[in-house]
Amino acid sequence: MMDAIRSVLRRPEAGSILSLVGVVLFFVLFGGANLGTLVGAASWVNFAANLGMVAIPVGLLMIAGELDISIGALIPAGSMTTAILTGYYGLPIAVGIGAALAIGVAVGLVNGLLTIRTSVPSLIITLATLVAMQGVVLSASVLLTGNASVALIAPDWAKFLFGQLIGGSHQVIIVWWFAFAAIVGFVLHKTRYGNWLFAMGGDKVSARNAGIPTNRMTIALFVLSAVSATFVGMCQAILFNSAQVSGGMSFIFNAIVSVVVGGVLLTGGFGSVVGIFVGTITFAIVSQGIYFTQIDRNWSNLIIGVMLLAAVLMNQSFRDLALYFRPRRNRSLPREPANP
Amino acid sequence: MNDKPAILELRNVNKSFGPIDVLHDISLRVRAGEVLCLLGDNGAGKSTLIKTLAGVHKPTSGEILMDGQSVTFVGPSDAQGRGIATVHQFGGTFPLMSIGRSFFVGVEPTKGWGPFKIYDRKRANEIAVKAVRDFGITRIDDGDRLVGGLSGGERQSLAIARAVHFGARVLILDEPTAALGVKQASHVLRIVNEAKRRGLAVVFITHQVMHAMAVGDHFAVLIRGAIAADFRKGERTREEITDLMAGGETMADLEAQVDGYMETHAGHPPSLPALEAPAAH
Repeated sequence: MMDAIRSVLRRPEAGSILSLVGVVLFFVLFGGANLGTLVGAASWVNFAANLGMVAIPVGLLMIAGELDISIGALIPAGSMTTAILTGYYGLPIAVGIGAALAIGVAVGLVNGLLTIRTSVPSLIITLATLVAMQGVVLSASVLLTGNASVALIAPDWAKFLFGQLIGGSHQVIIVWWFAFAAIVGFVLHKTRYGNWLFAMGGDKVSARNAGIPTNRMTIALFVLSAVSATFVGMCQAILFNSAQVSGGMSFIFNAIVSVVVGGVLLTGGFGSVVGIFVGTITFAIVSQGIYFTQIDRNWSNLIIGVMLLAAVLMNQSFRDLALYFRPRRNRSLPREPANP
Repeated sequence: MNDKPAILELRNVNKSFGPIDVLHDISLRVRAGEVLCLLGDNGAGKSTLIKTLAGVHKPTSGEILMDGQSVTFVGPSDAQGRGIATVHQFGGTFPLMSIGRSFFVGVEPTKGWGPFKIYDRKRANEIAVKAVRDFGITRIDDGDRLVGGLSGGERQSLAIARAVHFGARVLILDEPTAALGVKQASHVLRIVNEAKRRGLAVVFITHQVMHAMAVGDHFAVLIRGAIAADFRKGERTREEITDLMAGGETMADLEAQVDGYMETHAGHPPSLPALEAPAAH
């Protein structure tokens, strides 16, 4: 039993699972929340799914030792592109969706190429593309439509795939999020490409010397995160039948907090998709689940701050646990003499 | 031993970076089953020499030969492909990865097919653990342990075992014992001897003369980018080598000064200013 607990604690997601349990217990015991209502609520699940779609690729980048904050501008870029092309110009929705994702590919390529070609940290590069894309989205929207908000009407098939409310309350992006997490989790933990990411985050030069195509992997990761962000924007535009140039900035910090609570090491080389997933849920419950408690919602940021610190401290001690772990069953094996 | 052909040989190699000459007329050979110790103080050109051997730098002039054939390394991976492996001071491994995963970085064993080809953790762990244990590090028994939890010596051993497993013929060890304690260093020296016994050519870079003398067959002392001395095992004493590395008689001078001071000062070692102005006494 103790061994089973220990083996869970050594995993990267241990801190996020404990944070989740702690937050839910706190809400139920001190906030008077009804556990059943809280778990079944659509509000935080919808929030988590939208956030999770960008938190997963941001987490992958962090594992590989990079950071992408341009997602904050790419979410409105995705929704505005879809809305302007289909709602304003009346083009088929497929064109709008395709263009939104293409913008993601383009910005991701720029981020990736600048990161591998220069020695500028990716935080600064994506900060630049973040601000630049905000300018592009606002100017393009005002120049083309004369407005900062555009309405659109999506056909049924697009609504069904990207903007449906399942059971009248749960956004269909939840399904996308689950599938995305499952696929990325498989690739990261079960295939050799996952191993390459951990190696890149651990020591990029050694990874390159070992024959890993680090440049191609870096570019692919930046493209994945940019496309995921425009995907979220596109889904929101189709769901709400409109798009605004603002919004999306909160995703930057929310995604990074989710990923770090989820046990990903900020400097790279360590983390798990389960951790990112649970970290996102934890964050969503703190920021949205607070409405189900008697706690004033203004306190939610305080709780997030405390939780972040607690989770990071836990993650650190669990990582040490993992580092210095030796399985007990092998202690009886013959050892070499202490002093040869 | 001299009749064995050299696996790797440098002939009159010079290396300059712009106007700065870093290596002058270096000629070295390293044979199978032999340890060549490269000794030199900081700044003597050791790391440039290693990087030239490992294919990172191209010689400005001179020749590199492998098995008697003149070769030009296109880059480090070309040199690696020809069997030259470099192991750096901290092992060049990934602290937060498991032994099995880090052992196979870039060449992961997989099972299954198509898009469902998955990393074969069990096989990777078995092979990695066996490779290290074969080198006598029996304390490593679980391939799921993280590399960062190993001691410095175990990490070095893992890196060396990895290089050997992937077919290295020439092993370049860059200060493998510099950051280690006495016991850990002796582990690494044992591994070096084992690599030698298996017929690898080892280039052992160090400034610790004791470590060099424990494993070396052949020694070359590097001073300001040139080979100041080239000798075989047993031809020089430790003091002579230390003096050579320090660039002459300075070490012997210093020792004489310290001895002289202690005799006249009731066995107290001198403070630094006293050494610099010994005429005052």
